Amino acid sequence: MTSFVKPKIRRLNEPKNELGKTRADYDGAMSTLCAGCGHDSVTAALARAFFELSKEPKDVVKVSGIGCSSKTTTYFLKDAHGANTVHGRMPSFATGAAAVNKNLTYVGVSGDGDSLSIGLGQMAHAIRRNVDMIYMLENNGVYGLTKGQFSASSDIGSTAKKGATNTLPPIDPAIMALSIGATFVARSFSGDKAQLVSLIKAGIAHRGFALIDVISPCVSFNDHKGSTKSYAHTYQYYHKAVHADYVPPSEEITAAYAEGEAMPVELHDGGSILLRKLDADYDPTDRAGAMSKLLQSQQTQEILTGLLYIDESRPAMAEHKKLPETPLHSLPYSKLNPGADVLRKIQDEFR
Amino acid sequence: MKATDTSNPDYFHKVVDCQWACPAHTPVPAYIRLIAQGRYSDAYLLNRDSNVFPGILGRVCDRPCEPACRRTRVDEEPVAICRLKRVAADHRDDISDRLPKKPEHSNGKRIALIGAGPASFTVANDLAPLGYECTIFEKLSEPGGLMRANIPAFRLPEKVLNEELQYILDMGVDLKLGTPVSSMKAMLDDGWDAVFVGTGAPKGKDLYLPGREEGAANIHIGIDWLESVAFDHIEAIGKKVLIIGVGNTAMDCCRTSLRLGADSVKVMARKPRNFFKASEWELEDAEEENVEIVVNHSPKAFVTENGKLVGMTFELFEYDIDDKGEITGQRVIGEETIPCDDVILAIGQENAFPWIEQDAGIEFGKWDIPVVDEETFESSRKGVFFGGDAAFGPKNIIWAVEHGHQAAISIHRHCQGLDLHDRAPREVELQSAKMGMFEWRYSNSFDASERREMEHVELVDRFKRLNIEVELGFSAEQIAVEVQRCLNCDIQTVFEAPLCEECDACIDVCPVECLSITPGADSEADLRQALSQPEAPEGQSLYVSAPLPLTGRVMIKDENVCLHCGLCAERCPTAAWDMKEGVIRIPHADDQMETVA
Repeated sequence: MTSFVKPKIRRLNEPKNELGKTRADYDGAMSTLCAGCGHDSVTAALARAFFELSKEPKDVVKVSGIGCSSKTTTYFLKDAHGANTVHGRMPSFATGAAAVNKNLTYVGVSGDGDSLSIGLGQMAHAIRRNVDMIYMLENNGVYGLTKGQFSASSDIGSTAKKGATNTLPPIDPAIMALSIGATFVARSFSGDKAQLVSLIKAGIAHRGFALIDVISPCVSFNDHKGSTKSYAHTYQYYHKAVHADYVPPSEEITAAYAEGEAMPVELHDGGSILLRKLDADYDPTDRAGAMSKLLQSQQTQEILTGLLYIDESRPAMAEHKKLPETPLHSLPYSKLNPGADVLRKIQDEFR
Repeated sequence: MKATDTSNPDYFHKVVDCQWACPAHTPVPAYIRLIAQGRYSDAYLLNRDSNVFPGILGRVCDRPCEPACRRTRVDEEPVAICRLKRVAADHRDDISDRLPKKPEHSNGKRIALIGAGPASFTVANDLAPLGYECTIFEKLSEPGGLMRANIPAFRLPEKVLNEELQYILDMGVDLKLGTPVSSMKAMLDDGWDAVFVGTGAPKGKDLYLPGREEGAANIHIGIDWLESVAFDHIEAIGKKVLIIGVGNTAMDCCRTSLRLGADSVKVMARKPRNFFKASEWELEDAEEENVEIVVNHSPKAFVTENGKLVGMTFELFEYDIDDKGEITGQRVIGEETIPCDDVILAIGQENAFPWIEQDAGIEFGKWDIPVVDEETFESSRKGVFFGGDAAFGPKNIIWAVEHGHQAAISIHRHCQGLDLHDRAPREVELQSAKMGMFEWRYSNSFDASERREMEHVELVDRFKRLNIEVELGFSAEQIAVEVQRCLNCDIQTVFEAPLCEECDACIDVCPVECLSITPGADSEADLRQALSQPEAPEGQSLYVSAPLPLTGRVMIKDENVCLHCGLCAERCPTAAWDMKEGVIRIPHADDQMETVA
C-alpha cells in the first residue's frame, strides 16, 4: 500500500501510442499489495504491453479468481471490462465470455493457488478448448494471502519462512499445459520486464490459449533463503532459452538473421512472432523436445524462460465450435431464439 | 560509468532547482514547509540567513528561482516562490530579539562600506555581529540605495524597507548619511582595515539624438528621475509621456508617471515582445494599468517647437525571426512621430567611479569596471573589495546580497590574516524524512492546483497616492493552496545499492517513469536510453548507482523529472530508496573556521 494515489502527470514529449494514449492511460487503481510484490511488476508489464499494442481498453476483458494475484486486475486498464470470479473458476467464466463475444481480448490473471490447486481442472479444460485468451499465472510458490503455506508449485526441499521443508512434488504449469495440448506456453520473471512485455504482446496476438507462467516473488512470505521462488534465487538460476518478439502486421521483418538463429512464426492476425533462439539446440515448435528440456531443467534447478512452445495451426475454441462472428448481444432475437419449430426439428434429429 | 558521487554537496543542491538558481541559495522548499505549518517567523529567519531582506525581496526580487522551478516541468506555472517569501515577512511576529545583537566588545577592526545599498548592508549584517566596527557612507539623506531611490513605493513600501535596514543598523552599524565619498585615496589614508565599495551602477544612459539639447527640460534619465520622485524633488509630469526602453526600470517609470498626473503613457520598444528585458510579471502589471507598449519603434529624433519638446520621431522596423526565435534580418519600413510632453530614458545604466583616483592602486578593465576577483570580490588592491552592481555591472538585489555575503567572508579572512581563497566549503547534511509506514515529515502527495493569482488594489484607488502598495499579498486560502504546490525538491531520493533486490517496485510506481535498472554503460547518453524519456535538458543530472548485488546492473534515475513524491520509497520493500531532507550548508562569514572571540 501507499499513502496516496499515484498522480497522473502531464509530461513534456510523453510517448503516445497510435490511439494517442499515454502509458499512464493504461494504469488502474493504486495497488494494495505488499511493497515489492512481483505481481505489481506483472501488472506494469500488462499495462505497457496493451499500451504498446495500442489496444482500446474498452475492448479488453480482465478476469480473475481469488488470491493476491487475482486482485491485480484492478490495478491496470481501469477502462476495461472485468470481473473477479469464484476461487479457481476464472477459466470457466472466461470460456463463457469468449463464447458469447469472440471480438474482445481476454486477459485472465491467476496465481499458483487459484490455478494449480482449487482451479487445476478448470484451467486444464480451458487449455484443451484453446480458449482465445492470455492467461497470466503469477507463480510465487506460496499461499501469500493466508500467510505463507506451501502451494502446489513449491519445489521439493524448499523451505517456508518459519523453516518447514516441502516434501511434495511441484506441479509445473508449463509441462502440464504442454501435455494437454496447449498452443502457446511461455515462462518469464517479474524482474525481467523486457521479456515479459514481449511475451504478453505475443500471447495477445496468438490465436488460442496463451499461458505465461511468471515467477513473481512473494516479498512477504517467500523471499527468504531456502525459497526457490525468491528474487535472489530466480536471478541466480534464471535462464533465457528463446526470445520472442511480436511483429505487428503493419511492420516487416527487416533485420537479417543467420540460418537457424531466428525463425518467424506467422500469426492469424497477419503479424508474426520472431523467435530468436538463445539456446541453439532449443526448438520452440517441438512439443516433445520442449517437455524434455523442461523436465531436465527441473533436475538442474534452472529456470528456463522465454516462449517455450508455440503451435499456430490448431484452431481456437470459437473456430472449432463454429461460434458466430457477431457477439450474441448483437444478434437479432429471431436468431438467438429461432422458435419452437426449429427446436422440434433439432430434437427430431436425435430420435 | 562510475557511480554518482552524492557526497559532492553540489549534487543534491542542483536537484533543488530554485535553490541552485538563487544567487544567495535560499532554501526555498524548507521555508515553504515552515509557512505551511504557520511558522512564519521561522520561515522569515530561515530566509534571512540567505537573502537578508525577505520582506523587500518578497516584493521586488528578480526571482531567478521561479523560471527554474521544477513545477514548470509538470504544470503551466512555477510555485509563487516570491509571493510566499512575502507571506513569511508579512505574517512574522516581532523577531528582533532573535537577531544577532551588537557584540559587547569590538574586535578592533574598522570596516568602511561605501554606498548604503543591499550589498553594503549585507556585509554589515554578516560582520557587525562578529565584532567588526562597520561604518556605511551614503551620499543621499536616506539609506537603501536603489531600493529606495529607484524602486517606487507602490511596489516596495517605505515601512518594509526601513524595518529590514533597521535590523542591521541595530547590530551596531554606524550609518553616515549625506556623506559622499569624494576620494578613494583619502579613504585609504584613514587607516580602515578593509574598504568595501557598494555604490551600484548609478549612471543612467543618455540618448544623444537631434533635439536632445532643445528639449532637455522635458527629457529625463530614468533612474535619476525615479530618485527625484522618491525624494519628493519631482511631483508632476506632463499628460503624455513616452518611455524609451523596455526593461524593469522602464516599467517603474511608466507606472510612476501615471501616479504623477500622466494620462497617456507609452513604452517604446525597438524589438518585438520576446526580446523585452523586463520581467513578464512587471510587463503584466504595467499593462494592467493601461500602459501601452509599442513594439518595433526605434528612436530617431526629439521633436521640439520653440525650444520645448513636443514629440519624438521613430523609425519603424520589421524583423526576420528564425525558428529559434532569433533575429536574422531587419529593415526600416517607415517613420512615425508621436506627440508627447515628456520623455523618460530607461535604456540601461552603467558603473561610474569618478571618485576613485587613477593612482589609487585599483585596476579598471573593460567598460571602466574594476578588476574584481569573482570568488573573493577583492580588487587589485589588497583590502579593497567591491560588490553588488559596483563589481560586475548592473544585476539585481539578490545578486548584491550574495556579493555582500562573499565579500564579508573575504573581509573577515583578510582581517584575520587568512588566505582569501581557502574558504569553508559547502556541505550537505541528509536526515531521513521517514516518520513511519508511509508517513513522512513532508506533505508528499501531489497537489494538482494551479498557481494562485495575486490580488491587486482596484485601478481607481491605486493612483490616489504615490505610495499605495498595489499587491495585496496572499490570503489565508491562497497561502494554504500555494504551499502545497511546492514539490519539496530538497527531500532527496537517496539510494543504497546494497539493499536493493531488483523487484522493480520503484520503477513500476514512479508516476513520471524516471527510474530504470539497466546494465552498466560507458556513457551517460547510453544509460539514458533505458529511460522512457532519454533526452534531458542540459545541466540536469542522471543518478547512477553502484552495481546492484543480485545482477550487477545499475539503478539509474533521471533527476530532471522526479517529483519527489516518495512513492519509490513507499513501495521499496528493503528501504533501499529513502527520502532524506538534504540541508545544503552555505557558509557565511560566521561559518569560517576561525571565529573571533
